[in-house]
Order: sequence, then structure tokens, then C-alpha cells
Amino acid sequence: MQEFLEFTLGGIATGMIYAAIALSLVLIWRGTRILNYSQGGMAMFTTYVAWLVIQHTGSYWAGFAVALAAGLVLGSVLEFAVVRPTENKAPLNAVIVTIGLLILLEGLAGIIYGGQYRSFPAAFSIKGLKAGSVGLGISPNDVFTAAAVLGAAVILALVFRYTSVGLRLRATAFAPAVARLLGVRIGRVLTLGWALAGLFGALAGVLVTSSTFLYPNSMDSIFVLGFTAAVIGGLDSPVGAVVGGIVLGVVLSYAGGYLGSNLVLVYGLAALVLVLMIRPTGLFSSGVTRRV
Amino acid sequence: MPDAAALTIEDLVAGYGQVTVLQEVTLAARPGTITAVLGANGAGKTTLLRTISGLVKPRAGRILVDGIDLARRRPEDITRAGVAHVPEGQGVVTELTIEENLRLGGLIRSGGAARSAALADAYQRFPLLAERKRRLAGTLSGGERQILVIARALMAAPRVLLLDEPSLGLAPRMVTQVMDLVRRLRDDAGLTVLLVEQNARSALAIADHGLVLNLGKVVAAADAATLSADVALRRHYLGF
Repeated sequence: MQEFLEFTLGGIATGMIYAAIALSLVLIWRGTRILNYSQGGMAMFTTYVAWLVIQHTGSYWAGFAVALAAGLVLGSVLEFAVVRPTENKAPLNAVIVTIGLLILLEGLAGIIYGGQYRSFPAAFSIKGLKAGSVGLGISPNDVFTAAAVLGAAVILALVFRYTSVGLRLRATAFAPAVARLLGVRIGRVLTLGWALAGLFGALAGVLVTSSTFLYPNSMDSIFVLGFTAAVIGGLDSPVGAVVGGIVLGVVLSYAGGYLGSNLVLVYGLAALVLVLMIRPTGLFSSGVTRRV
Repeated sequence: MPDAAALTIEDLVAGYGQVTVLQEVTLAARPGTITAVLGANGAGKTTLLRTISGLVKPRAGRILVDGIDLARRRPEDITRAGVAHVPEGQGVVTELTIEENLRLGGLIRSGGAARSAALADAYQRFPLLAERKRRLAGTLSGGERQILVIARALMAAPRVLLLDEPSLGLAPRMVTQVMDLVRRLRDDAGLTVLLVEQNARSALAIADHGLVLNLGKVVAAADAATLSADVALRRHYLGF
């Protein structure tokens, strides 16, 4: 029973990381129907920026803030300079461009920072929390991780729902042609979508890297799992992305805990294949959940 | 009197790829009038509206709105210059609520006060929409959606309204309602309307002027009454 509790809470904490990556993919997919394969690379790159800032200033929070800002900037610059020119071309062009971006970002990180594994600090203690004498399987840092992603997701949902910027984002996602005719400057909205995606990617990178290591490929497997979470959620539903992330995190935590932790990535890929076979549109892609 | 026109089109040439659809189309619409754009399927009526609103890039010619040439500008900028295009086939965003659809139309107004006032106006003019503002637009019937897209276009306070087949697929009672609405927009709000219709009879009934297109060329342009009285023209191009 205690194991079960530990695996569940630990799974939710890890799942929030997948949720953040999934959200970043959904933000771009909704607006542009582009699957951003460079999302993991972007997250890795902004985490290096955070690492550099922490090295120089000694402040974790300075690094944290700069990484988020770098995510915003990187997302908008990439959309404007690299992705925009593929607009109105064959969809495969955009796919190849984002894969190319991934290779470019990982190569650049290798050139600038070297290929060695670096440890990245955590915001809070990573010692396990206890309720009385019962271990919960999560640390204060895990709680922070989950709260940070959840908080960012809630802010995003409020912005989507109650602001005119959010209305522009949603209208552009659902009906770009209509939005244009109503005077919405689609180009700016798409840039904003990429900027927000960069922000969520940066958040995921900074949060997850404290429990892995930082190296040019460090986000590859996280990206695959985040993508799986997004597919579970239906790729165009932000709520689905968060739920998909949590579901995947918990399932993988049980699988790792009860079946052995060496094969977690394999289980993740198996989950992806399973979802694509049984329900390729995801669990949340019905009209009802597209409301949010 | 081309000088007094709200919308002037001069020698407009446009098309898709290798195909030229509009061949030197010219028209002048005075402020506060309805111009019916008539003709068979494939005559270029929809392409004319799409070119005016920037969805199709013109190859030649000028599109003057209040004297400013908007040809070759982007659709969003043309909308911001006061031209509202209501495309055919129900352009409501079904995933958004009725109120969100309306607000979307008013986003180009500057300032929250102007937007709120426009929304209040819309609800006063269309009580039907006010009753259901929190519902998803996808729950509305075809006729109600047509009302919503027109109401949404009005949120931007346009001077020129381009309406593409507003009666398409509607029950006869709704056709009358929509046509009444278009007429009131001219009479009460002083809008300049370009009305594309298959249903030539009901369009000419409310229009001041008419323009008949055939294979992308203007074959007739006159008062609505004159066009209605021209039996040969009606038989040949308008089917009534």
C-alpha cells in the first residue's frame, strides 16, 4: 500500500514534466498544425542558459527566470525566422525544418558547452517527504515541480478563456481564415503561440534536469514521453495535454515500480503505440473538450 | 459620380493559378446603398468579394474604399480599413460561444469601452443572440448562424459590408428575415453593401443597384428596377 502511494505521487510529479512538454507541443500544433520536433532541443538549450546564469550569479531563481525569458525569446525568434518561411509550403517542409532545428540546437549546445554531463541544481530539497513515518515517495522539489507546471497551466487557461489575446489564440487555432477576415493579425498570434511553447518547454527543462543531467541530448527521452502525453490528450487540447501527462507519469511510475525501472522509456513508447492503435485521435479530442 | 462612391473598383483582374476569373471588373457603389452582384455559378461573384477582402491577390486594377487603394493589402489590414467580408457557408467559429464570436468581431476596435458598446448594440439589435450568449455557436441553426456572422461583422463598425450568399441554404422565412436585416443595415446604419446572391429576385427586391457578371465580365450594370424590368437579361442570366 505504501509502495502504491509512493508510485502514484511520484508518477504525478514526473507526469507534470511530461504535461509541460505536451502543452508546449499542443500550443504549436493548435495554431499551425506543425509538430515541433525541436521542442526538446529548445528546452535543453534554455536549460543551458539557466545553468550558465546560475554558474555566474549563484542564484537558482535568476537562472530559472532567465530560462523562462529565453524560452519566450527562442520560441518567437524560431517561429519568425525559421518556421514562417515554410508557411504555405508542403507540410513535410515544416517537419524537416523542426527536425533540422533539433539537430542544430543540439550541435550548437555541444560546441558551446561541450558534451559532458553536468549536474543541475534543484530549487528545493530533494529529500523524500514523510507523512508521520510513512514515506510519500516525493520530495519538496517534486511538489514545487508539480505546482509550477500546474500554476503555469492554470494561468494559461485563464488567459485563453478571459483575455482578448486568448480569444485571438483560440480563434486562430479553430478557424484561422475566419480570424483573418475579422482583422486578427495571424502572424503575430502564431509567433505568440511559439513563444508560449518555448516558455513551457523551458519550464520543463529547468524542472526535469535537476533529477537527470544536463547534456546536449538530455531532453530527447523527455520529449518522446511529452509527445506521448500530448497524443494521449489529443494533440489539440491543453487540458488533454495536462491530463495525458499525469496519466502517462502515473502509468510509467507503476510500470517502473512494479515491473522494473530499466525499461521505462520502452513502456512509454509502448503506450504511444497503443494509443495510436486504439484511439489515434487521443482521449480528449472530442468537440466537448476543445472548448477550453 | 465615381467621386462620391464609398467603394470603387477599377479594371480588376484576378484569378487562381493559371485561371483568370475576373476580367476587368469595374463598379462604383455610393455610400448607403446596396449593390446586388448577380450571375450564374462560376460567374466570379465570390471571387470578386474574395479579391476585395484580400483573400485573392488581384493581378491588376484598383480597389478604392473612401478613396484609398486597398488592392494587394492583406485581409486583416483590409478589414481594419473598414471592409467587412461575410463569406458564404457559415463562418461561425463553432467551438467558441456566441459572445466570444461577437467579441472576436470587435477586437479591431480600440479600447474596451468601444468593444463593450458594440457588444451591447449587437445584443440590442439581435435579442436572440443575447439570450444564448453563453452557448457554443455550434448549437445555432443555419439561419441563426447567418444572423450571428452578420452581427459579428458589424462589431467592427465597417463602412463597407461584403455579403456572400447570405440566403444560401436557409428556409424561406429566414431568407426574408436576413434580407430585411440587410435592408435595415443600409437604411439605419448607412452601410454600403455588396450583396452576392444566387437568389436574384430577392436580392434585387432590396438592392439599389445591380451588377450582372458572366464568365468574369460585367455584362450589365444598372438600377435594380431597370435590371428587374429587363426580361431578356433576367431570362438569360438571372433565371427568373
